[in-house]
Amino acid sequence: MGKFIYLDNAATTRVSQGVLDEMMPYFCGTYSNPSAMYRFAGESQTAVDTARERAAAVIGAKPEEIYFTGSGSESDNWAIKAAAEAYASKGRHIITSKIEHHAVLHTCGYLQKQGLEVTYLDVDAAGKISLGELKAAIRPDTILISIMAANNEIGTLQPVAEIGKIARNAGVPFHTDAVQAYGHIPIDVEEMGIDMLSASGHKLNGPKGAGILYIRKGIKIRSFIHGGAQERGRRAGTLNVPGIVGFGKAAQLAGGTMELRAAAQIKLRDHLIGRVLAEIPYSRLNGDGADRLPNNASFCFRFIEGESMLILLDQSGICASSGSACTSGALDPSHVLLAIGLPHEIAHGSLRITLSEETTLEEIDYVVDELKKIVERLRGMSPLYEDFVKKGNQ
Amino acid sequence: MYSEKVMEHFNNPRNVGELENPSGVGTVGNAKCGDIMRIYFDIDDQGVIRDAKFKTFGCGAAVATSSMATELVKGKTVQQALSVTNKAVMEALDGLPPVKVHCSLLAEEAIHAALWDYAQKNGIVIEGLKKPVEDIEEKAQEEEY
Repeated sequence: MGKFIYLDNAATTRVSQGVLDEMMPYFCGTYSNPSAMYRFAGESQTAVDTARERAAAVIGAKPEEIYFTGSGSESDNWAIKAAAEAYASKGRHIITSKIEHHAVLHTCGYLQKQGLEVTYLDVDAAGKISLGELKAAIRPDTILISIMAANNEIGTLQPVAEIGKIARNAGVPFHTDAVQAYGHIPIDVEEMGIDMLSASGHKLNGPKGAGILYIRKGIKIRSFIHGGAQERGRRAGTLNVPGIVGFGKAAQLAGGTMELRAAAQIKLRDHLIGRVLAEIPYSRLNGDGADRLPNNASFCFRFIEGESMLILLDQSGICASSGSACTSGALDPSHVLLAIGLPHEIAHGSLRITLSEETTLEEIDYVVDELKKIVERLRGMSPLYEDFVKKGNQ
Repeated sequence: MYSEKVMEHFNNPRNVGELENPSGVGTVGNAKCGDIMRIYFDIDDQGVIRDAKFKTFGCGAAVATSSMATELVKGKTVQQALSVTNKAVMEALDGLPPVKVHCSLLAEEAIHAALWDYAQKNGIVIEGLKKPVEDIEEKAQEEEY
């Protein structure tokens, strides 16, 4: 087998050996249902308790404020739908942003069909919301503010602490989709005034199918899945013990290595960004130069289309992703790239590279070398580039 | 997701390039949708397509259908070239994923646009050829909630 360089860690990550080792005993050995009475069940319950403590510690929460779910998307759905229901007597208005993950956007769209009103805040060219616009959007009947901590495509970090302060002052619960941020950047639910937070295990070298929703004590959120006493009666279903254990271990490891890992990734990320912008003409960085996820680099290359780029990168042994329409089966390119003001034709030429802990400088240099050839090759067959060159020569 | 034939044509596209003083050239699609195809024809006095070239901005399927379309029309008369439909291009590529069928439509439209340009330049009428649409309208799929 040739080269294999995985740079799509915003999509999912490899389960780390430490996480897998921690999970393994809970498949065939301690397979008990933690809800049962016998001591065998107690062993599973203890493991779940430990995982809950670990998951809480990463964001300065109390263990009893952590609810295990099946995914980040489930957590987003739960937070938003249940808040809409629980606060229905107070009002029917939600504030979110235009660049949220579809788990938030489509949930809000669903609620709009039920008669709720939703304000979608614009973002600036770097992908940040305006705090002034947020303040102005709050109404007496606003029941929830849901703004993501970090964007999954362009990596932009939102001013979460400031949003939390505004929400707190207005008495509106604040939910943040932290699926890309949890375990990657420092988050403290107390300091930042976060009332609900979604995270997912497989974005931080944990298993798929394991997420959390943090719900601050006192927030009125009802059950999302009915039928059992699990998770304090708020989320029925036999606990996914191995997944929960894996989430807990991944959270613990990510929390412990965050500072060093982020510093190393930022160095590689900025090397990648520097080389691409210097060596590939008509390229741009999407998102904020500084306020971005340590492992995210998002580019647009003019005159070419993202899917073609991905296929050629794949043939060079590189896994990456794009917000081009063609890669999703949709007709429009990524809503995030359009929201930051990019025209369609430029948004179609996007490329997202997301690093892991294992990414090396050699790999990054190889990627840039391959990318240069690929962009040149695709431009060579692009009518847009042909027109651009001809116009320039006139 | 793509057939081997599609991948082969994407990796080794036939007839990439431009023609100087083409007998006909047609550009279809739009950058908004993420696909633009331009096809050039060199057509001799007998109305036979001697050479065809293309340039395409688009996904893997867009490049592969352009490549296959130009292959299929080469050596054909302009009348025969009209039989190179999107279905013919798709079949020659061993099929396309459903979301990529519009790429083959674009290839058919590009052929028609280039033939139309040739007909206009020479003041002739090609039987069965209609004025090509500039954009291929695509219906947005309703999101399911």
